[in-house]
Amino acid sequence: MVRLLAHPFDPWAEIESHAQRNPQWAGKFGAAAVFVGSLRDFNQGHAVSEMSLEHYPGMTEKHLDKVSREAAERWEILEPLVIHRYGQLKPADPIVVVAVWSAHRDAAFCACRYIIDELKTRAPFWKHEETEAGHRWVTPE
Amino acid sequence: MNTIDVHFFADIRERFGKGQEFIDAEGIHCVKDVWRRVAGSCGGLPPVARVLVAVNQEYAAMDAPVRAGDEVAFFPPVTGG
Repeated sequence: MVRLLAHPFDPWAEIESHAQRNPQWAGKFGAAAVFVGSLRDFNQGHAVSEMSLEHYPGMTEKHLDKVSREAAERWEILEPLVIHRYGQLKPADPIVVVAVWSAHRDAAFCACRYIIDELKTRAPFWKHEETEAGHRWVTPE
Repeated sequence: MNTIDVHFFADIRERFGKGQEFIDAEGIHCVKDVWRRVAGSCGGLPPVARVLVAVNQEYAAMDAPVRAGDEVAFFPPVTGG
């Protein structure tokens, strides 16, 4: 399941809800791997006071769906949960959560890592930071 | 529908001063033709080698074909996550 949110969210509550929406999963998984990314108050040598995240509506959802499907084809996992923010964020706000459930830890870890890494390089999001030195578009590391 | 729906994002959107433009598909064969048409006299654009492209919301190359009714987007390297 892929969701894009314009408002702050609690990743742990979302993970709990996703598992509750799938009661048939009970006893079917032995591992859950979770990645939560949140906004630092510093980046590339400057204090960050605020960030806005722009995205390409339509293409973003399509690519996150595609990456989730690719992970499910490569590893034996249950339906991953991917939630990503857009809009205005403050330091400490969660930006992204990727949660993967599987029978075994190796598949859960690998699929979770795959989804977040592919998301970072392919999903059309752009970060714009407000820093002590002014505002700037973030460039990939 | 004889137009192409062109989208711009992030710093490229700022350079163009708008997020979307419809152009006449006449004379347009590939992405590079779209870029030449919209870039026109717009200054301060990044070198074309650093611009990413999507056609109908799929990544594409500058020489990818474009037809009337297509959606073409230009944007910088992505920074999500």
